[in-house]
Order: sequence, then C-alpha cells, then structure tokens
Amino acid sequence: MIIYGVGILAFCYVVGQIFGEFIGKLIGVDANVGGVGFAMILLILINDWLKKKNYLDTSTEKGILFWSQMYIPIVVAMSATQNVKVAVSSGFMAILAGIVPVLICIAVIPFLAKISKSSQID
Amino acid sequence: MEIISKFLEKNGIVFTFLVVSLIIYFSELISVKATNKKIPGSAIAIIIGLLLAYFGGVATGGEKGIADIKIFSGFGVLGGSMFRDFAIVSTAMGASFIVIKRTGWAGVISLFLGITLSFIGGALIALLWGYHDAISLTTIGAGACTYIVGPVTGAAIGASSDVIALSIAAGVVKAVFVTIGTPFIAKYIGLNNPHTAMVYGGLMGTTSGVSAGLAATDPTLVPYGALTATFYTGLGCLFCPSLLFIMMKIVFAD
Repeated sequence: MIIYGVGILAFCYVVGQIFGEFIGKLIGVDANVGGVGFAMILLILINDWLKKKNYLDTSTEKGILFWSQMYIPIVVAMSATQNVKVAVSSGFMAILAGIVPVLICIAVIPFLAKISKSSQID
Repeated sequence: MEIISKFLEKNGIVFTFLVVSLIIYFSELISVKATNKKIPGSAIAIIIGLLLAYFGGVATGGEKGIADIKIFSGFGVLGGSMFRDFAIVSTAMGASFIVIKRTGWAGVISLFLGITLSFIGGALIALLWGYHDAISLTTIGAGACTYIVGPVTGAAIGASSDVIALSIAAGVVKAVFVTIGTPFIAKYIGLNNPHTAMVYGGLMGTTSGVSAGLAATDPTLVPYGALTATFYTGLGCLFCPSLLFIMMKIVFAD
C-alpha cells in the first residue's frame, strides 16, 4: 500500500531529523546538524534491506517515489517564498559578500573533484 | 471577490498545487518553444518562482516572498522547510550508497573547505567596505556561509543588528545566486556526476540554493548534493562563532 511507503519515508525523516537535533545539542550549536543527511542514509539502508527481504512491492515504492517526483514543484514553491527583495535591495556589499564566496568555491571544485575521483580507481 | 479570496486563503495548499502546476506547465512550454530545451523547464520554473517572490516582497514589504500575499499563503507551507526536507529525503531512493561511501571523505573535506573559503571571502568583502572589528567581520563572513549561520553567529558574539541584517542579506544573495547559477556553470566545472555533486553540495552549503540549482541541472544529482549540504549550516554554526572568530580576533586585535 502507498501509505506504507509514505510511512517508511516519514520514519526515516523523523529519526534522522531528531538525530540531527541531538547532534546539534551535543556539539553546542543552535541548529540541526545533518538531520536530512542521516534520514537519507537511513532510507537508503532500509530500502536496501527491504529489497533483499522482498518486502517492497511497487505500490509501497510509489509512496516514496511520489515525493521525489514532487521535489521540483516543492522547490519552485520554495523559491517563490525566498526573501528576494532583500537580496536585490540590500546594497552592493551584501551582493558581493554573497557572490564572491561562491566564485571562490567554484574555483576549487575541479581540483576537489579530481582528487575524489582519482581515489576511487585504487 | 471576497468569497473567492477567503476560499483560496482557507485552501492554501491545494491552491498552491494548482498555481505551481501552472508555473511548471508554462515553464516547460517556454523551455521547448523559446529555448529549444537549452534551458531546462525546471530552471525556468525556479526563476519564475524567484520573480514571484520579488514581487511578493515589494507588494507586501514582508520577508516570505509571495507567501505574504494572503491568497498565496499556501506557498509558505509547500515551500517551507518541512516539505522541502521530506522531499529531499525521498530523493535518496535513487542514490547509490557505494558512491556516497567512496566520496564521503571528499564530501567532508569540501564541507570544511567550503565553510572556511566562504567565511574568508565574506570577511574580505566586509574588510574592503571598511569594517575593521573582529565581530562585524566574523558575522558577515558567517553570513557568506548561509543566511542561518550569519544571524546565529552574530547573536552569539554580540554583533549589532545592522551587521546581522547584512549577514542575512549576504546569505540570501548566495542562495539565489547558487539557484540561478548552477545550471549555467555546471558544464564548466564538470558537475555531471554524483562525485562532483557531493563536493559541490559541501562547498556551497546553502541547502535551498544547492537543491534548487541541482534540480534545474540534473534531478538525479539532487540527493548527492543535498546530502553534504545538509551538514553545512550546522558545522558553520559550530565553527564561525568559535574557531574562526578566535582567529579573526587574533588577526584584527585592536
């Protein structure tokens, strides 16, 4: 049933996010540290396990895939709620302080990607 | 008229489904007819979203883009962090754990490098603009990480409210810039595989920017970029007010 898929996804989300909250608390910051990341890893592992055990039927899978198909519409809604006015009207300094770091980081991507790729052949 | 607007307000999310589906339909149409599929429909849809956010902000003076207009308040729910994160997690269904494990350490390096480089870049701009005290420089540098790291750091080290506002603005500019820029720079930096996507997510760090930017570039890369980016804000909140602030205090002691 579709709801089982949604339920599995919700389980991963809740466990991962709470884990992220606790890690934040543990290292003393007022933010969720990697909650979504933990939830994703959990989903990958559970999905793998269920597939091996043959517990996953297509309609259960559809419950998760529906949300990954809804991802772009959600991102569109998210962009429509960004504080774009502030970004545009905050003056030249804020614009540069937002853009220059991105350009610096872009410059090191080919280098980092190279060392990460060369290590996978070993 | 009033009946309709009251109804739309009450049924916010469903109305948002309708509006977003129309946005995406017209974006696909523009993509095929006007750009011959050179610019993906999702990229156009996201840019239309950002334009709507701008008009919403100008029309209402609020901070939540189009969601501040009452009949579009459903955008705030569908586009809020809960649905966003829920959908991001679901994209992991298509991700390969082997790739993640292999690229894991590069992801970690990219996170630390991304936070440090963004911080230095932001602080450098602030320095050029005449800020010389460690607190302001640190706060603006933190804002260059993400728009959450900025105010968290500023509040922790006692920055003035106008500097905190600047740091938020810098973070929002970054998110918007990454959103729009990613599909256009992708081919120049080899952003077409999971490895690079994980490195990219760690370096950029803005979850909204990375996830929207990758969605417009290649949706199969989203889980990899989002996975590393999701650690960025937390780590930034850890390092900016502590280690990086102490270093700034040593350099800019007065």
